[in-house]
Amino acid sequence: MNNVHRLRRSLGKAGLFAAATAVFLFAVFPVYWVLATALRPTGEIFTREPTVFPREITFEHFERVLSGVLIPGTSFWSFLTNSLIVTVGSVAFTALLALLAAIAVARFRFRLRSAFIIMLLVIQMVPIEALIISLFINFFHLGNTLDVELVGNLSGVFVIYVAVALPITILMIRNFVSAVPRQLEEAAAIDGAGGWTIFWRIMMPLVAPGLAAASIFAFITAWNEFLVAFTFLQNNTGAYTLPISLQYYFGAVSIEWGSIMAASTLLTVPVMVFFLFVQRRMVSGLTMGAVKG
Amino acid sequence: MTQTLERPTKPEVERPEARVTLSRRTRLRFIPYFLILPALIVLGVVLLWPIGQMLWISLHDYGLHQLRGQDAQWNDFGHYAYVLTDDRFWSVFRNTIIVCLSMVVLTMILGTLVGILMHKLPRWASTALGLGLMLAWATPVISAAIVYRWLFDTRYGLVNTLLNSLPNWLVGSGWNEFNWFNSPSTLFPILIITVVWQSFPFVAISVLAGLKSIPHELYEAARIDGAGGWRSFWSLTFPMLRPLFALLLILQVIWDFRIFTQLFILGGGVSNREISLIPTYIFQLGFASTPPDYGMGSAIAVIMTVLVLVISAYYLRTMIRQEEAR
Repeated sequence: MNNVHRLRRSLGKAGLFAAATAVFLFAVFPVYWVLATALRPTGEIFTREPTVFPREITFEHFERVLSGVLIPGTSFWSFLTNSLIVTVGSVAFTALLALLAAIAVARFRFRLRSAFIIMLLVIQMVPIEALIISLFINFFHLGNTLDVELVGNLSGVFVIYVAVALPITILMIRNFVSAVPRQLEEAAAIDGAGGWTIFWRIMMPLVAPGLAAASIFAFITAWNEFLVAFTFLQNNTGAYTLPISLQYYFGAVSIEWGSIMAASTLLTVPVMVFFLFVQRRMVSGLTMGAVKG
Repeated sequence: MTQTLERPTKPEVERPEARVTLSRRTRLRFIPYFLILPALIVLGVVLLWPIGQMLWISLHDYGLHQLRGQDAQWNDFGHYAYVLTDDRFWSVFRNTIIVCLSMVVLTMILGTLVGILMHKLPRWASTALGLGLMLAWATPVISAAIVYRWLFDTRYGLVNTLLNSLPNWLVGSGWNEFNWFNSPSTLFPILIITVVWQSFPFVAISVLAGLKSIPHELYEAARIDGAGGWRSFWSLTFPMLRPLFALLLILQVIWDFRIFTQLFILGGGVSNREISLIPTYIFQLGFASTPPDYGMGSAIAVIMTVLVLVISAYYLRTMIRQEEAR
């Protein structure tokens, strides 16, 4: 009896580990395959007898990508610069605007407060995929009125990234501002600290982690964004960001899988690094309140 | 709605410095508006105004001429009337529903199972599996789409090579030239795999977090009462985590409804009209047709927006209630 019981238990345990291994492989294999393709010589890629592990490691694809021979007249560095300008810039801008609005929402009671919050909640549900046509038309006309190019260069994309990230960023930072105990601020005020000092010395150190998390979240979204960048920048390879430069590689006569995978790796690495920092918060942020405890 | 959040203000006590406080108070009253103003301007110009414009354009004949400044003609809901009787729209719509539901169901089932699995594993194994899941989750959407296109590549893709090496009586022959990407019946399943691969980790990790919040004693009590795994899931885990499952379900539906990039990459652009879903269909009408039909595209965009808002109504209601409870 006891033996049967123990056998069943260890069988169950083996089953658990087998299932875990299968899930692990399913999750990891495509990521591995990107790297494995990027690192093996072309001869090993275009073969009818592929091997799981590269027989030979080479960095030739990375060199090709970095030297920019794939899309004539451009370079990887210009794509990277564009991506950095548009993501880092829009994230910094978003963080600033969101911090101001979050302080208003967390620290003041004003008439339009709940209307503003409800507007944020609803607006973040409106799919950008639906809005893309009127965004394009809007920026085309706005550019004509203001006599600046908003379509075909980074400025339009920049502003859209700010607007898309704003609602969730305001809501996330708001929670951190509310969590700063008022007594702390009052104590500082009694000690003679002015509004500015209270903001920098009391509020900011406590809000900074939230600001960082929200910014990383916005960074990842903007860094990966495809549709808006593609719609606005299609005809101007000089303004391409990294994600749409990847798409461009498919236009070549024969697809250079090694180079595409190398470029894809370069796009992925920063995201993976940042993701490590915010992974926990992403779950709690998205399912706010639904998990008890 | 606006009133619910206001707290009753304390009656003002008569004090000698009342006039000073009054002017300070009026100044204070405007501060929050100054603080939200920059955000409001950006949201207004970039999102609110285009939402209005989307509605307006969908009700007019709007093409390239109108983009360049010609006056748009009101067309009496003509786009909506056309779309709702158009076979092409309905076939795209049906495909969207089928593909989206398949993704959601598979993601939820797989995610929940993996969440439970992680809960049962020893700590080190659970952490290791969690790291693996994170790799899939963190991969940029475009990179994910590209690697699946490579895995299923016609000539040198790993999948075709494997299928080719299996005995013919099992899987048939001709795999070494099989193109997965030009027909809906083979492309959509790959799209579904690509999306499920990226979204089940989020469900799994959320479910794991949920499971950890359920007191262990409850499961022991259920086991003593003779409940097996299946039974204790449906009468214990599921009811306890119902709000979480509802939320995950809605988020998945909304995210999967909006799939664009993966289909764009797998389908090699949007020129193949057979394989579009609603988001790519909107894009086609606006940017890949000659001449572009912004009016029709916007009408479909309005329909899509309404659908998403209806689906997210429960989510929005929960969030708004939480706001009011604060």
